[in-house]
Amino acid sequence: MKYWRKPLDLAGIRIPHGIIHILQERCKGCGFCIEFCPRRVLVVSDTYNSKGYHPPVVTDSTGCVSCGLCEFLCPEFAIYREEEMLEVQSL
Amino acid sequence: MDSEDTQRASRSERVRRQELHLDGRDDLAARAERHPMDEMLREDRLPHIWCPGCGLGVTLTCFISALQKSGLDLDKVCVVSGIGCTGRVAGYIKLDSFHTTHGRAIPFATGLKLANPDLTVVVYSGDGDLVTIGGNHFIHAARRNVDITVICVNNFNYGMTGGQAGATTPVNARTTTTPYGNFEYPFNVSSLAAASGAVYVARYTALHVRRLEQAMVEALLKPGFSFVEVISPCPTGYGRFQQQQSGLETMRYYRDRGRLRSEADVHQAGIVLGGDIIEGKFVDLERDTFGQAQESGLKRAFDKPGRDGR
Amino acid sequence: MSSLGALQGEFFMLGDDACAEGALSAGCRFFAGYPITPATEIAQRMAYRMPQANGVYVQMEDELASMNAILGASWAGAKAMTATSGPGFSLMMENLGLGIMMETPCVVVNVQRGGPSTGLPTLVGQGDMMQARWGSHGPYSIIALAPTSPQDLFDLTIHAFNLAEEYRVPVLVMTDAEVGHMTEKVVIPPYDEIERAERKRPTVPPEAYQPYLCEPGEWVPAMAKAGTGYRFHTTGLTHDERGYPSTADERVHARLVQRLVDKIEQNRDRIVRTESMYLDDAEVAVVSYGIAARTALWPIQMAREQGIKVGLLRLVTVWPFPDQMIRELARHVRSIVVPELNMGQIVLEVERCAAGQASVTCVPHAGGGIHKPLDVLQAIRRAAGWE
Repeated sequence: MKYWRKPLDLAGIRIPHGIIHILQERCKGCGFCIEFCPRRVLVVSDTYNSKGYHPPVVTDSTGCVSCGLCEFLCPEFAIYREEEMLEVQSL
Repeated sequence: MDSEDTQRASRSERVRRQELHLDGRDDLAARAERHPMDEMLREDRLPHIWCPGCGLGVTLTCFISALQKSGLDLDKVCVVSGIGCTGRVAGYIKLDSFHTTHGRAIPFATGLKLANPDLTVVVYSGDGDLVTIGGNHFIHAARRNVDITVICVNNFNYGMTGGQAGATTPVNARTTTTPYGNFEYPFNVSSLAAASGAVYVARYTALHVRRLEQAMVEALLKPGFSFVEVISPCPTGYGRFQQQQSGLETMRYYRDRGRLRSEADVHQAGIVLGGDIIEGKFVDLERDTFGQAQESGLKRAFDKPGRDGR
Repeated sequence: MSSLGALQGEFFMLGDDACAEGALSAGCRFFAGYPITPATEIAQRMAYRMPQANGVYVQMEDELASMNAILGASWAGAKAMTATSGPGFSLMMENLGLGIMMETPCVVVNVQRGGPSTGLPTLVGQGDMMQARWGSHGPYSIIALAPTSPQDLFDLTIHAFNLAEEYRVPVLVMTDAEVGHMTEKVVIPPYDEIERAERKRPTVPPEAYQPYLCEPGEWVPAMAKAGTGYRFHTTGLTHDERGYPSTADERVHARLVQRLVDKIEQNRDRIVRTESMYLDDAEVAVVSYGIAARTALWPIQMAREQGIKVGLLRLVTVWPFPDQMIRELARHVRSIVVPELNMGQIVLEVERCAAGQASVTCVPHAGGGIHKPLDVLQAIRRAAGWE
């Protein structure tokens, strides 16, 4: 790895990162978001919502690349994300 | 009026206001968190009635996103639904929306569009509604090329009434009315639309949301009869009889057996039990809409000397 | 022709054509239909005339579609109409109910022919009168008018549009093959002199608008036009004032259907129209409507000449039924004769309202023609005790 060159514009590159919000009370536990997250960021939580479902919870808050698939796939309008752009910390 | 009367009057006014939902709107605003799409939903009707694992909510998310990306004036977008689970879309989306009778959303939408061509009219309904009971209207609206967008959420059964077979149910599929398997041949809905004259035909599963959203945008902006078929899980009414116990299992099936083939012959892209699901944009062509043909035809007729047109 | 495409002047005109012209004079700018004898000429006239009046004519694939198309057009802001006959009228019934439930102003013309089923396509009948009242499922009230001549068909078509706008209800013009296929003088007044009602539009901003909320003391809610930013919802399901489905609370359903009935029934005095002749001293009354009321004129004259005190009450509005008028009539006459071109429909209503105060007899008629005058005369003579 040490032979890799460092891009000259590295300081200017931003990587999208998503902050995931879960509206727990809306969840019906279908599992779509957990199954199809390409970064495996979500897992089933231990907690129950008032409908008796286990809403998802974020395991690795740094892992989300803000692809938005969970937001699209949620049939309950229970997940959305806020996108922020992060500087590249390391290669 | 004495004080007792006043009290009684104010109490009855209070009851009236409660009954008529004039109060309590602020409670909703007080709800902690809101979803960015809530402004497009009749939030006071959530949660929706769709089962856990149903794909309808996914299609609605895609549709709202497509509307937002389309750049259309949303005040001028009307959603018309028929009856059934998909028929409830009209009740959840915060646009001018009409929940009509079983199978008749398309003629209702035709009336809306022809009487006010400035409207963007979307029919959002299920397979049973659109191509079984409403099949006649479906083919004729496509033939006429009336400028509406039809989104058909196809889950291969009548979900609302408890999983009966319909005109899309694959051969041999078990449903509550085909306990020994379905002995009828189903419609390939996209093929039906294409054969009837639709100018835009696309099919995607509820898993392939990005392409689905894109197809919806294109359909919304396409002049003429544009059609999007969405293959969607119905774990309660259909999936559990086909060894798919949850919506998630059906979505996995879409992941494994969904095949993107836009170049495929739509008429050969029927859906069989346990087979691949051919997805893609099958038709995208130009043809005068009913409104355009009418306008140019009438202009021709009235401009001809000797006709008592105008 | 006026700039708005409406005719003006005196014409020798077919009843069906007069109906179409009446609609145009009423401001109708959307017609959806399907060919059916003996109503086809209305569609043909509309196909020719609508483009001249900047309106829309569309031939749908069936009567289910026609009925729905006019409902959609009405929500888009147009005054809309369809025309049919018995078999098509049967197909329209479900969505007539949708129009009632969504409170959608529109006009449905039924040029009645002999039934049941395909029956007598080219020949007259009045067998759809009870279907007009009760044909769609569930509790509701409706307005139905019965014209007797092409001129009357012209006038009542305009009236039907005005009632539809005022009460937000589909209004039925229950004419028949005889009137529809009759050619007579029709006078069309200047467009500006015709009275036209318009539906009430909301005055509140969108966020405060509830599509089915009436002002206190009123029966009919304001109707938003699609595409004007109100973002309303309407449904054929039982709904609350917001237009939202509500099937769990029995009060919501009770309140809704009560209002759907009340907006018609409580306004009977304003809606009901009748015409009478020789009733002041009558001992026998002929109660009839449409073409049957017209064919009763000659026998009534004959009976008068013979010395029988007989008069005529013609029902211009058949639904809502003029209960009070029949009740009073029954107190003043000995007997009532009801000629109609069916096996006895409106006579049941007359019997109900007469409530034993006067004897009621029907002069039924089948076969596809109109009553033979002597049959009606004989019924009058019998009712008077002369035979």
